[in-house]
Amino acid sequence: MSNEQKSFIKKYKIKKAVIFMWQVFILLFFLILWEVLSKHNIINPFIFSSPSKVVKCIINLYKDNNLFIHIWVTIYETLIAFVIGLVISFLVSIILYLYNTVYKVLDLFLTCLNSLPKVALGPMIIIIAGANTKSIIVMAVLINLIVSIVVITDGFYNTDKIKIKLMNSFGASKYQIVRYLVIPSSYKTIISSFKLSISMSLIGVVSGEFLVSKAGLGYLIIYGTQVFNLDLVISGILLLVIISYILYRVVEYIEKLLLK
Amino acid sequence: MNKLVSVRHISKKYNTLQGEIEAIKDISFDINEGEFIAIVGTSGCGKSTLLSILAKLIKPSDGIVKYNIDNPVIGYMLQEDALFEHYNILDNVLLGLKIKKSLNKENREYVIDLLKKYKLENFMFKKPSELSGGMKQRVSLIRTLAIQPDILFLDEPFSALDFSTRLNVSDDVYKIIKDSGKTTIMVTHDIGEAISMADKVIVLSKCPSVVKNSYYIELDKRDCPTKNRKDKRFNYYYDLIWKDLDNNE
Ligand SMILES: Nc1ncnc2c1ncn2[C@@H]1O[C@H](COP(=O)(O)OP(=O)(O)OP(=O)(O)O)[C@@H](O)[C@H]1O
Ligand SMILES: [Mg+2]
Repeated sequence: MSNEQKSFIKKYKIKKAVIFMWQVFILLFFLILWEVLSKHNIINPFIFSSPSKVVKCIINLYKDNNLFIHIWVTIYETLIAFVIGLVISFLVSIILYLYNTVYKVLDLFLTCLNSLPKVALGPMIIIIAGANTKSIIVMAVLINLIVSIVVITDGFYNTDKIKIKLMNSFGASKYQIVRYLVIPSSYKTIISSFKLSISMSLIGVVSGEFLVSKAGLGYLIIYGTQVFNLDLVISGILLLVIISYILYRVVEYIEKLLLK
Repeated sequence: MNKLVSVRHISKKYNTLQGEIEAIKDISFDINEGEFIAIVGTSGCGKSTLLSILAKLIKPSDGIVKYNIDNPVIGYMLQEDALFEHYNILDNVLLGLKIKKSLNKENREYVIDLLKKYKLENFMFKKPSELSGGMKQRVSLIRTLAIQPDILFLDEPFSALDFSTRLNVSDDVYKIIKDSGKTTIMVTHDIGEAISMADKVIVLSKCPSVVKNSYYIELDKRDCPTKNRKDKRFNYYYDLIWKDLDNNE
């Protein structure tokens, strides 16, 4: 390794370490500040809680054997919604690619649905699907589905025209074009829709849990609000932050594996 | 020489919302078996349109293209990036056979032999992006030859390459085509390329294009395009065609 390369690597490592230290510092600073302000009543400890109370609250949840149940319910619902959304959006996108007129007709409605805050449909969904987990999943699927359809269909339609011409020169049928060219060349687009889709699913699940649920992190937050236990509310929010970050990172990792 | 295709009075109009575009107008010529024809014209003059009509990918608005054999198999070669990055080289080359559902042991061997013959056997399991521009061109041509076409159509096969690669690759491609003995129609806007490779050059006018002129190219020897460029008659043809394209109305 040349000296330039060595010093380049060294600089790179130092920069990474500096960034990491800043992140830890900001996090600690924020937590300590929060704790101190709350302890000295500078911010209302009843509303804003404090890190130590949050930790206590989470330990209590753990002792009551509830912590992992709530976390698991949210993750489980999110994953189910993610998979269902993925399968449906893939199939719908193929149909929209094969039948251009259908796509052009539905385009207007897709755009409308895409811009509609799907949470607005929540009450309707509950009336139709019942006040249960089914409603939560339906809602999450609705939220991630439309975006995925738009992204994947767009990817399909962006297939290189020259390659389509090549397929035609071999006398390929529409289905062969989809199978040998359109789907495999949109692989990257499909995979990169995963990250968006998992975030959307989580949003859907939490909004669903706000409306109907007996468990889950969304339930914890709403329940905490109803009984004025703001320690619980803030614990729920913090747990959600952690879960969503982990889910995002896991999906990102899977993407990397699949794109190798 | 046996006549393979007769092209009679073909014209093509594209209808778009912006209006009607007449791309080519009343084009007639013959293609003989084993012949290498180059069609030259300025960019946007309708060369690709003409080639697509000859290859039966699109229908002419008027006129007919008549093949003297039943169900001719057509080989069409496009620019470099028409290789599929989601397949390796071997699968790319076998694509046409898969589509035609005629992939068997025999023609698989044939394709692998072609890859070996043109020094691509070590790249069979590589992705297109790992190959040089020239190699990709050889792969595209072999992919086209894999279906054992009766006639080859090349649409600006070297347009994506830089000048020096272009010369080498045109030598390689020329050799592969001559080895295969296929009738070939190549479209290009490069006069030198046309003269150095083809037996006959057809010059098209600007849009809507008609056949402006056609020349039988007689050079001393015809073995490799880069050498042909040094032939004493090369410049003579070059000037003629240049003038045709220049005072182009
Ligand atoms: N599908 C289409 N619809 C409408 N107009 C078209 C279509 N294809 C080609 N044209 C028009 O017809 C004319 C000839 O196009 P064509 O692609 O055949 O030219 P070309 O000589 O191959 O051009 P280039 O040198 O850019 O490859 C152009 O004016 C082009 O805009
Ligand atoms: Mg063209």
